[in-house]
Amino acid sequence: MMIINNKEITDDLFQPAELEKGSEDISRPTITYWQEVWKRFRKNKAAFTGLILISIILVLAIFGPYANEHGYDEQNLARANLPPKIPVLEQFSWLGLDGTDIQGVDRYKENGITEYFWFGTDNLGRDLWTRVWEGTRISLYIAFLAAIIDLIIGVAYGGISAYYGGKVDNIMQRIVEILVGIPNLIVIILLILVLQPGIVSITLAMVITGWVGMARIVRGQILKLKEQEFVLASKTLGSKDRRLIWKHLIPNTMGPIIITTMFTIPTAIFTEAFLSFIGLGLQPPTASLGTLINDGYKLLRIYPHMLVFPSIIISLIMISFNLIGDGLRDALDPKMRK
Amino acid sequence: MGRYIFGRIGYMLITFFVIATFTFFLMQTLPGSPFNDERLSETQKERLYERYGLDEPVPIQYVKYMTNIFKGDFGVSFQYDGRAVSDIIGERIGASVVLGAQSLIFGCIIGLILGIIAAIKHNTAIDYVAMVIAVIGLSVPNFVFAGLLQYWVGVKLQWLPVAFWEGFEYSILPTISLSVFVIATIARFIRTEMLEVLGQDYIVTAKAKGLNQFAIVMKHGIRNAAIPIITILGPMTVSLLTGTLVIEQIFSVPGLGEQFVKSIMTNDFPVIMGVTLFYSILFIGVVLIVDILYGVIDPRIRLSGGTK
Repeated sequence: MMIINNKEITDDLFQPAELEKGSEDISRPTITYWQEVWKRFRKNKAAFTGLILISIILVLAIFGPYANEHGYDEQNLARANLPPKIPVLEQFSWLGLDGTDIQGVDRYKENGITEYFWFGTDNLGRDLWTRVWEGTRISLYIAFLAAIIDLIIGVAYGGISAYYGGKVDNIMQRIVEILVGIPNLIVIILLILVLQPGIVSITLAMVITGWVGMARIVRGQILKLKEQEFVLASKTLGSKDRRLIWKHLIPNTMGPIIITTMFTIPTAIFTEAFLSFIGLGLQPPTASLGTLINDGYKLLRIYPHMLVFPSIIISLIMISFNLIGDGLRDALDPKMRK
Repeated sequence: MGRYIFGRIGYMLITFFVIATFTFFLMQTLPGSPFNDERLSETQKERLYERYGLDEPVPIQYVKYMTNIFKGDFGVSFQYDGRAVSDIIGERIGASVVLGAQSLIFGCIIGLILGIIAAIKHNTAIDYVAMVIAVIGLSVPNFVFAGLLQYWVGVKLQWLPVAFWEGFEYSILPTISLSVFVIATIARFIRTEMLEVLGQDYIVTAKAKGLNQFAIVMKHGIRNAAIPIITILGPMTVSLLTGTLVIEQIFSVPGLGEQFVKSIMTNDFPVIMGVTLFYSILFIGVVLIVDILYGVIDPRIRLSGGTK
């Protein structure tokens, strides 16, 4: 110890370090938050499969009904109850797509029909391919509409409640607390009884209680953000409420908002189908996936194909949205990853 | 704790009051009357209105209705001549309770097993298979499952009856259809919780002490992972309730759900209102119990007054 202390520190004890080139550079391109999210999302195989499935279903829902010249409400009893028949696939009899019914009779030959009905026809001779995609369109339309309205009301309500806090928050939260206690389903059923079933009334009924979940999530998130330094800094620099909300609070709440919306859509599709089931769905000849499944049940024993196709489509839509939702949750918030 | 419970009960009463009022006024605006029969003369209609108290002004009907509710009297059915709504509920609730309880028990057992195995075998093929089953169970609507079961097990294989309610074997298919959602929810939930618990220090300690895997999972794992299941009991009740409406309809089970759907079709207002309120009480009750139980188990919630 002593020796070191006695030694005088002179310049020649030191040697300049060689400056490594590029050690301070950022060697990879900087990516934004959303690029990163997309990267993480793409790595998730299940979620990506869901996205592809939904894209295919969307395309079919938009263009499917134009694949043949039959209208969704075009009746023709001469071709009623035909089982599905698809070119090429008809060669594999175990697939059940060769136009024979469950008794093994070729209904197409029997009725002298040369045309191919890919999903078969229903008991009024309407082409099920057209009806299924038309129905998918309506189901998706209702679900998206409900989700968007939920989002708007929920974000506004939750945002205002959390941002202004104090008395405003107190009153708004008491209202939410009462609404949360009401079972959605009951309110939806009662409202549709009064409003008469239709696309608008079904959407409205779902929205009336649906926004509460979104409002709670947005409120929780904004309450947390409000306390953080960057908001305080922005405030100190003189930002107005509007700038704070739109530039700082909402963008940072985007993740939970998107995730919640992604789970609202399958719930809405289910609710719509459920309503059809208890006789409160869309009125014929309009079809949704729910009404098609409900109709399919009536002839389940003899013509199962009427139930099979809409059931497959609705299941695929629900699975895809759930997978996308899970994937987005992991991608947007890696901390929540299971 | 006492204040907390009182607060919760207060909210519960307000919520119920709101629902009852809402239901009453919605029913008032309903199009169509239960006595829309053209064969009835005007005087006959008047008699009927008088008999069911429909001729009085709305506010008086409202006050009467609300006071009757608190006496447990939900009025008299229009459809079944002169039968009290509370009697109809009492008669129909049995099958629904049996169906709901069976599904809940069956679903919880299978879900727990699936979730625990998935957590222990984390990131293996078994885990992936279990989670695929869970996602499918969560996504595929129960009426689609019911259709599949009815067609394959009932019609094609003829193993089990597909309709009515005449013994245990009649309840198997509806129970399975109804429990799919429960299985999926519990499995996913318990897997997440288990994974978290298994990473805790006390598990490492137990392992270091040389406790075998089975004892660790049974004694330290499951007990800690299962507590938060209480939180999903609320949504679970709702899904079971929704489920019984549809499943009872599909399998012709003479339960409350089937009666509710039937009453909707026949505009039987008193039964619709009665069953609605009954379902609401059930739901609010479950939420209250969940809140209190959770407050008892986890003191942090109690201290923050349950609002934060």
